[in-house]
Amino acid sequence: MKPGHPPGHPLEDLLRTDRIPSIWCPGCGIGTAFSSCLTAIKESKIDPKKVVMVSGIGCSGRAAGYVKLDSFHTTHGRAIPFATGLKLARPDLTVIVFSGDGDLFAIGGNHFIHAARRNIDITVVCVNNFNYGMTGGQAAATTPSMAKTPTTPYGNPETPFNLPLMAYASGAVYVARWTILHSRDLTESINESLTKTGFSFIEVLSPCPVNYGRRNKEKPLDTLKIYKDRTIIKNKAHPTQVDLDYEKGIILGKFVDVDRPTFGESYAKICRQDKPE
Amino acid sequence: MKPAINTGEYFITGDVACAEGALAAGCRFFGGYPITPATEIAEHLSVRLPKVGGTFIQMEDEIAAMAAVLGASWGGVKSMTATSGPGFSLMMENIGLGICTETPCVVVNVQRVGPSTGLPTQGAQGDMMQARWGSHGHYEIIALAPFSPQELFYQTIHAFNLSETYRLPVLIMTDEMVGHMSEKVIIPDAKKIKTVSRCKPKGRKNRFKLYEPGPNLVAPMPAAGEGYNIHVTGLTHDTRGYPDMTVETHKQMMDRLIGKIRGNLNDIIQTESYRLDDAEIAIVSYGISARTSSAAVDEARKRGIKAGLLRLITVWPFPEDKIRELANRVKGFVTVEINLGQIHLEVQRCIGGKVPAFLVGDAGGAVIPPDRVLEVLKEAF
Repeated sequence: MKPGHPPGHPLEDLLRTDRIPSIWCPGCGIGTAFSSCLTAIKESKIDPKKVVMVSGIGCSGRAAGYVKLDSFHTTHGRAIPFATGLKLARPDLTVIVFSGDGDLFAIGGNHFIHAARRNIDITVVCVNNFNYGMTGGQAAATTPSMAKTPTTPYGNPETPFNLPLMAYASGAVYVARWTILHSRDLTESINESLTKTGFSFIEVLSPCPVNYGRRNKEKPLDTLKIYKDRTIIKNKAHPTQVDLDYEKGIILGKFVDVDRPTFGESYAKICRQDKPE
Repeated sequence: MKPAINTGEYFITGDVACAEGALAAGCRFFGGYPITPATEIAEHLSVRLPKVGGTFIQMEDEIAAMAAVLGASWGGVKSMTATSGPGFSLMMENIGLGICTETPCVVVNVQRVGPSTGLPTQGAQGDMMQARWGSHGHYEIIALAPFSPQELFYQTIHAFNLSETYRLPVLIMTDEMVGHMSEKVIIPDAKKIKTVSRCKPKGRKNRFKLYEPGPNLVAPMPAAGEGYNIHVTGLTHDTRGYPDMTVETHKQMMDRLIGKIRGNLNDIIQTESYRLDDAEIAIVSYGISARTSSAAVDEARKRGIKAGLLRLITVWPFPEDKIRELANRVKGFVTVEINLGQIHLEVQRCIGGKVPAFLVGDAGGAVIPPDRVLEVLKEAF
């Protein structure tokens, strides 16, 4: 550090500092989820040269543009199949998909369930802010019933996904949920999933005060208070029991941590090896 | 490991020849989705790829297939997919990403009859304009249209070489007839097959700029995991690869994406002339219809009609100069294609009204017989 200069950011070596400030709004939770992700990469001790981040489109999808790793900002919803091709071509790389709920579960939902089913060895971090922030807060596949958004002006008539349940049912070997207030737990979960072999999924609940909170009478601090007061940490909770229910309490924790062969392992065993004819 | 190049003489379909051509070119990743009449390419590669150190994956749809192909290419592996009409439509989004991010790969479209589900088992050439303009925005593309299984073998290798040279998805626009026809295919000795691989960056990694072009407007391409900290985005980006939402940067990016193709037309465009030197009527055709056309040329010559054939091996970029040059010395043009006038429009554009241009076209589902071409030659000229 040069005299007279402020100390560098502790994650500076993993940031494209020439691209800061980010596009994320004041009060947005993506930055916190992102920094947990970078801290986890550091703590995992994996050679950063061998870590790749793939994002889709949306506010969270911009993460790939700020991380100083090989990083890919792909098309809307297609981060997971892009990452699938990359991982299969280069099994030596650790591949993280960092994207939002709209990207991963509406337009990209089909890719998510199939990558989990195949047990592609990647880590998917989903920042769930319950709406399409970048386009102005429209309803997503995760928007709570009755919530108001610019495309659900009378309240959302649809039912949202329970993301950990979908990941579990599709075959993910590691499933966890945290909020941005639980950044240490979140970091630990991402770190675990980076070294875990197989399809890992981490949902991060995150405020979007500008586009979601504002329309649903939730000030930035209110959301964080909900994360503090109405969450229950219950590791190993069954994914069928973790619907986001603000009355009963939001269940956080590591829900699934099992092992089964990845696509790459099965492919090597079943397809590559020559069998006696 | 088994050999990737199965040197020998075979009686195989165009689809299988295409798959073997891909392996000979060094393709080691295929992401696809079953669709008639391209399925045999996937099936053949599902057998062959794992035994030569490659990977085959059947994805959940063609959107995912195209995304996986781009991902694998950035892993440094030559990659391909194969599809037909409906799947080609789904791939358009990520073909655009491939163009914008300059990702080498090959997309095979074994054309069937559209629109929509159309006639799934029957051939056509109705996706030629989709090949040119199917993804949104303005861009240049390379599309090849081989006319036999043997040529499909060679042009698949060539498609990989072009994609690696110019860093873009290269399209092979074959058709059901060529894809499903069985003919003799010779796979030469490995030493006789010329393959090209993408230019890799040299020099200091911290000074590296992802899209700083070399002399042919193409930038060297590192793979993920090589320590270059690359950022690859479908947003308009500057030479560092960083998003930049300005009109100026967009123009610079577009000038290069278009310039790298328009500036190398002589290297890219391949055509074949058949009895064209003294021809008074030029038939323009490609793929299966070029076989129809060459038969029609022979029949016409027997009747004293001086016809010749310009066979387009490269359809995009369109061989404009060749058509213009011909327009100065022939009395007219006939375009033969299994659609209701797509390449015909390009021929007309290039002729600029100098001489008449006729279309021998069909809605699709069958090969156009040479008699149909002959009739037009007799009546129109």
